[in-house]
Amino acid sequence: MDIDLSLPQPAVEAAPDGAAAFALAITGSGGAGAMRAGEILLEAASRAGLYGVMTRAMGPQIRGGEAAALLRLSPAPVSAPADRFDLLIAIDWDNFTRFTEEVPLGPTSLVLADPDQGPVPQPVADAGARVLPLPCKALVRKVAGGRANMVALGAAARLLGLPLALLEDVVAAQLGRKGDEAMAANRAALALGAAAELPELPHRLSPAADRAVRWTMSGNQATGLGVLAGGVRFVAAYPITPATEVLEWLAPALAETGGVLVQAEDELAAINMAIGGAFGGVPAMTATSGPGLALMTEALGLAVASETPLVVVDVMRGGPSTGIPTKSEQSDLDIALHGMHGDAPHLVLAPNGIGDCRRTAEWAVGLAETLQTPALVLSDQAMGQARAVLPPPPPATRTPGRRVAEPGTPGYLRYVVTDDGISPMARPGTPGGAHVADGLEHTPRGAPSAAARDHAAQLAKRARKLEGFDVGPDWADAEGEGNIAILTWGSPTAAAREAAARARALGIAVRVISLRLLLPAQPDRLAALLAGVDRALVVEQSHGRQFHRYLRAFYDLPAEVEVFARPGPLPIRPGEILDRLSHWEDAR
Amino acid sequence: MNAIAPQEYKSDLKPIWCPGCGDYSVLTALAKALAELGRPREEIALVSGIGCSSRLPAYTSVYGFHGVHGRALALATGLKIARPDLTVLAAGGDGDGLSIGGNHFLHACRRNVDMTYLLMDNQVYGMTKGQASPTTAPDWCESKLTPLGPGVSPVMPLHLALASGVNFFARGFSGNPNELARLILEGIRHPGFSVIHVLSPCVTFRPEQRAWKQAVHAETVPPETEPAAALARFAADDGFATGVLFAGTRKAFMPERATRREWRDYEARFAA
Ligand SMILES: Cc1ncc(C[n+]2csc(CCOP(=O)(O)OP(=O)(O)O)c2C)c(N)n1
Ligand code: SF4
Repeated sequence: MDIDLSLPQPAVEAAPDGAAAFALAITGSGGAGAMRAGEILLEAASRAGLYGVMTRAMGPQIRGGEAAALLRLSPAPVSAPADRFDLLIAIDWDNFTRFTEEVPLGPTSLVLADPDQGPVPQPVADAGARVLPLPCKALVRKVAGGRANMVALGAAARLLGLPLALLEDVVAAQLGRKGDEAMAANRAALALGAAAELPELPHRLSPAADRAVRWTMSGNQATGLGVLAGGVRFVAAYPITPATEVLEWLAPALAETGGVLVQAEDELAAINMAIGGAFGGVPAMTATSGPGLALMTEALGLAVASETPLVVVDVMRGGPSTGIPTKSEQSDLDIALHGMHGDAPHLVLAPNGIGDCRRTAEWAVGLAETLQTPALVLSDQAMGQARAVLPPPPPATRTPGRRVAEPGTPGYLRYVVTDDGISPMARPGTPGGAHVADGLEHTPRGAPSAAARDHAAQLAKRARKLEGFDVGPDWADAEGEGNIAILTWGSPTAAAREAAARARALGIAVRVISLRLLLPAQPDRLAALLAGVDRALVVEQSHGRQFHRYLRAFYDLPAEVEVFARPGPLPIRPGEILDRLSHWEDAR
Repeated sequence: MNAIAPQEYKSDLKPIWCPGCGDYSVLTALAKALAELGRPREEIALVSGIGCSSRLPAYTSVYGFHGVHGRALALATGLKIARPDLTVLAAGGDGDGLSIGGNHFLHACRRNVDMTYLLMDNQVYGMTKGQASPTTAPDWCESKLTPLGPGVSPVMPLHLALASGVNFFARGFSGNPNELARLILEGIRHPGFSVIHVLSPCVTFRPEQRAWKQAVHAETVPPETEPAAALARFAADDGFATGVLFAGTRKAFMPERATRREWRDYEARFAA
């Protein structure tokens, strides 16, 4: 097969189903309102019938500081990062070079920059992009109270073909509380941007013909919704970037739906509180990021040994240690899989997209409750803090839920050894069910025991619960056919899907297999999905090839395996995956 | 009201404690207090960490959770907030509660959730065979780990608790289980977080604590209700005054919860 996969980059890239997608960035220093402009544009695009995603590139400042809103819009669902940006609007260039790598530009990119804000940074010039002036600040001077970001927004709307009235509506909805005067200034500034001298783009985005329902949410909100839908009504929280929004979304939602969120003094307290809540019969969770997960590992072992259901969401960031708190990486897989002491069978799940955070989180609650063990959910900053306009995600796989002991069960034994390994849990308050949940090895009754036979029996029972459970087909998403497979997990899945779609358009059959359930491993199910595959490209965002090592430990892989592993914070882009596939082809 | 005998609150398991350990009497006092309280066993939960003292739940017949070292108060807090209907107690040693779990002690005091904590103080790590704890005197030289003595000043649980906002503090002695039972019961009945500081000798690693019998003395002045007044009054406390030393008036902490909405109402907000 010698097909040339090294496409010349068109100004408009194909989204997964071949529909046009458009990538733009709005950047500016703190207070310039680049993020707000991006949010308004995303909402306007949604109302115009488009799908889209917005991520943020930010400096380390707590408030203000340089920022870029990175958007990708399309008539079809889109969530992968673009290979290149079609449009960059720079309200100013303050510290832009801190994130040039996150805003790749090329000869087909258009850059609109305010000439009063200094020269175009070298990397932008080097990319060969076409640079045109958009004097945001000078233009807006004519408008009392007008803001430069509204000029940028007006220009972006014009280029995208979004009606100005629509933008005005969204601005009114988002900023209307600032008063009529401010609104009039915004309207005038938008009009100035839209009236600026701008070239025509080669393509415009035509809204989708379908008027299907779209949801707008961040991955962290989707995770919050998932656990709420799964029945969680007790949350213990200790803030950490980039997981805090999961907890902040849950706090008011729980308070109105019969639940409760407690702010704990640290992660040690948070997870132990959650275990206490779950023991009390209320499905419980906490959310954290790498450093917090490290603090929680002792108590995760307690949840395994005491057979207490529990969900812990880890919104991954760059590590180890404090690492890169504001940016994404898939490097907590090792600790999630192997971070516990003792033989500790537990669940590890990973959403593979912003919408999927909802169903994976819900499923995690169901699995944890059913199997009476902790479920770790590995989301990441890229999904968690990105906002998307997307099709409503499908509901989670159904699970039986917690097996509870009836009042007055004769001879009730909390840890009775059963065929499926699951023993009924007595909720405190249940007469005849009093027992001690114990992290010490125990007899079926729950009395501490150091006896070899009790240890063996309880270890086997706890392992059996997970090994014997039929997780169903949703453990992984698989699409496509052919003898090449991309094996991935988590947020790079979107890029893998898009790369595969583009490869297919070039006549190369590619499968994408994205694992949603990482533990317990499903070797037979993966073998079935890999039938007929002789080459696999493993795609992951870690330096240490953690996912590849996981696959080697638990699965039989095809004869030929290539690994595309790169640490965060740079996202894995579809074109890069396509390149790997094409080099592979060339080498044959 | 006293329909259930104290014995009914004990399990049939034989404690692993050394003969003469103070913890036996704590168990006796607890069973007596629970019998006085009169709530059915299944409506009571006892949470502990790790240590000789933390073995307590297994020897009772109520719901229990024997967790990890130092986290009893956190786990108990979660349980009580999730299930306000239960009577929740926590128990553990001075190492469990003031060293590895010290942060939770301080925050449990200030959070003031309605539960009762038996801090079983023997001024030593019993379970790990005799090391200094946060309440050990600086010149105690019997530990192989610190043969010259720990050399640091001990924590005073009373002062720490008062400074952190505890709402009820009583001190009891395992050698006087009737008084201890009364104090535990009072602690349970007092709203908010109650600490029962129990002097419970470790006869194996601190045999000299047998002399505590002579050292303890009942406090005759009524309990203070203002933390500042209590701190002033107990500034020179010898650590052996027993009785209710502080009974505050702070409202117990319990987050509000309502069932105004369904989770689907929240889902609907995402639809454009
Ligand atoms: C994380 C952890 N660190 C250390 C230990 C070992 N350990 C068990 S009990 C204990 C101290 C017990 O002392 P204390 O809490 O005062 O209780 P006592 O045995 O004196 O009743 C220690 C250090 C442990 N179980 N877990
Ligand atoms: S070592 Fe001390 S505290 Fe532990 S059981 Fe023996 S006497 Fe009691």
